[in-house]
Amino acid sequence: MRSATPWSEVFDQLLLATGETLYMVVVSTVIAVLLGTPVGIWLQLTAPGGLRPRPVLHKVLGFVVDLGRSMPFLVLLVVLTSLTRLLLSSTIGPTAAIVPLSVGAIPFVGRLVQNVLAEVHVSVVEAAVTTGSSTLRIVRSVLLRESAPALVNAVGVTAIALLGYSAMAGVVGGGGLGDLAVRMGYQRFNDRYLWSTVVVLAVIATAIQLVTNRVARGVDRRRTTSV
Amino acid sequence: MITVENLTKTFPGSTGQVRALDGVNLDVAAGTVLGVVGPSGSGKSTLARCVGLLERPDSGSIRVDGTDLVSLDGIALRAARRQIGVVPQGDSLLRQRTAAGNVALPLEAAGVAGPQRRNRVAELLDLVGLTDKAGSYPDQLSGGQRQRIAVARALAASPSVLLADEPTSALDPDTTGSVLAVLDRARAELGVTVLVVTHDMGVVRRICDDAAVLENGRVVEHGKVLDLVSDAASRTAASLLPAVDQNPAAEGSFDRVADVVLIGFAAVGALLPEATSRFGVDLNLLGGGLTRLGETPVARFRVGLKGERADSALEWISEAGGSVRRTLSGPQGVAA
Ligand SMILES: Nc1ncnc2c1ncn2[C@@H]1O[C@H](COP(=O)(O)OP(=O)(O)OP(=O)(O)O)[C@@H](O)[C@H]1O
Ligand SMILES: [Mg+2]
Repeated sequence: MRSATPWSEVFDQLLLATGETLYMVVVSTVIAVLLGTPVGIWLQLTAPGGLRPRPVLHKVLGFVVDLGRSMPFLVLLVVLTSLTRLLLSSTIGPTAAIVPLSVGAIPFVGRLVQNVLAEVHVSVVEAAVTTGSSTLRIVRSVLLRESAPALVNAVGVTAIALLGYSAMAGVVGGGGLGDLAVRMGYQRFNDRYLWSTVVVLAVIATAIQLVTNRVARGVDRRRTTSV
Repeated sequence: MITVENLTKTFPGSTGQVRALDGVNLDVAAGTVLGVVGPSGSGKSTLARCVGLLERPDSGSIRVDGTDLVSLDGIALRAARRQIGVVPQGDSLLRQRTAAGNVALPLEAAGVAGPQRRNRVAELLDLVGLTDKAGSYPDQLSGGQRQRIAVARALAASPSVLLADEPTSALDPDTTGSVLAVLDRARAELGVTVLVVTHDMGVVRRICDDAAVLENGRVVEHGKVLDLVSDAASRTAASLLPAVDQNPAAEGSFDRVADVVLIGFAAVGALLPEATSRFGVDLNLLGGGLTRLGETPVARFRVGLKGERADSALEWISEAGGSVRRTLSGPQGVAA
C-alpha cells in the first residue's frame, strides 16, 4: 500500500514544471510570432487582390505553410533534432524543445496573421494606395495597425496552442507540466500530480486569454459611444 | 484637367473576356465637375479606378494636367497618385484612427510633418465642416460625416483632381446634400477638377457641369448638363428633367399639346405668359414641373394650347430659347 506523495513534494515539482512550461511557451511564442508574422504578411501581399499579387509564389508559399501545419508535432520533434543540434549543440531539455515548438508554430502564425490581415477591407487598403503610400507604409500603418486587436488575439491563440504542444516536450526531455502529468500522474497513477497539473494548465490558459483580451482592448482605438 | 483617350480595359470573365471599357474618350476641364452615369456594369467604376491609378488599362491614355499617367511605375506612380485624390466606393476610413488621423494619412505619405501637417488637417476639417469631430473615430460618426472625412482625406495632399465613386449611394437624401455641398466647395474654393460616378441623377443635377453616360464600356452621351437637357435626342435629359405624367383624357381637349423645356430664370418666369399674350392663345399647364441644375432653374412643362395661332406660339417659344419637345397635332393625334 503506497501512501500519497506529500503535497509539499508535489508542490516543488509543480513549481519546477510550471517554470519550464512558461519558459518554453513564452520563448517559442515570441520566436513564432516574430518569424510567422512576416510569413503571414507575405502570404497576404502575394494573394490575388493583395498589394503585390504573385499567384504562383502565393500558391507555393501557401503549400509549404499548410504542409508545415499538417505535420504532427511529435513527428516534427523528431525530424527537427538535427536542426536543434545545429542551433544549440544539444537536443535535450526545455531549451531544445523550443526549436521544434517555434518552428512548428511559424506556419500556424503565418495563416492566422494572413487571415487577420485579409479582414482589412479592400477599400480601406485602396484608399491608402491612392495616397501614394509605399507598400511598407501600408503594411505598417494600415494592415497591421487596423488589425492590431485581432493580431493580439492571434498571439494569445498561438500561446495557448503552444501550451498544449509543450506537453509533448517530455519526449526530448523538455520537462514541463504535460511531462509531469504523464510521467508522475498517468504512468504512476498518482492523482495528486495528475489533477494539480491539470489545474495549473487551466489557470495558465485562462491567464493567457485574460491578458490577451485586455491587451487587445487596449490597442483597439475604436471607441463606440454607448447610445 | 483630365483627358482620357481611347481607354480600353478587359477583364477575364467566366464566359470569355469582359470589355469593361471599350474606347472611352472624355475630358474634364479644369475646375469643373463631371458626372459619370450609366447602368450597372457599364464600366463606371472601372473608369474611375483607371483614372485613380488603381487599375492599369490595356491601352489608351490618361492625362492629368498634360502628363500621361498610364505607363508610370514605382516612385513616379506613387508621386502621380498624390496628384489624384480618391474617395473610394464604400467605407474607406481607417477605423483605428481619428477623423484627423485619417485626413493626415496622405500627408504622412507625402512626408509633411509637424505643425504644417496639423494646420493642413485643420484646414480640411474646416472645409468639410467637421472641425468639432477631429478626435472622433469613424465608428462614432454618421455615414455622411464619414464620407465628408473621406473627401477631406482625398483633398489633403492638394491634388488637382478628385475622384469619387458613388460617394452618396449609401446615404439618405439629407445627408447626400451635405456630401455634395462639400464636393461643390472643393471645386469652388480649391479649383479641383472633379469626376464623380453616380447612379443618382440628383447628384448630376446638383453639382455637375458636365455629364457622361456609359453603356457597355462606351461613352454614349457626353456634354454640358445644360446642353443635354435642351437636346431633344438626349436620353439623359429625360431622367434629368421633371417627370411628366401621361394624361390623354386631359390632352384631348386642346388644339396642340407639347413638352416645353425652359432654362434659366428669365425663360422659366416669362416665356409662357408672354407667348399667351402675344398670340392670344389659351395656354394650360398639364404637367411637369420645376427643378434646378446647379444654380440654374430648369422647367419641363406639358402645355396644352387652344387657339388659332397655337403653332405660331410654339414656334415663337422655341425661337425665344425654350425647347419644344413633342408636338401632338390636335385632339386626334395621340402619341406622334
Ligand atoms: N476586377 C474585375 N474582374 C473581373 N471583371 C470585372 C472586374 N471589375 C469589373 N469587372 C467587370 O467589368 C464590367 C464593368 O464593371 P464596373 O464595376 O466598372 O461597372 P459599374 O458601371 O461601376 O457598375 P455598378 O453601377 O454596378 O457599380 C462588369 O461587367 C464587371 O463584371
Ligand atoms: Mg461601380
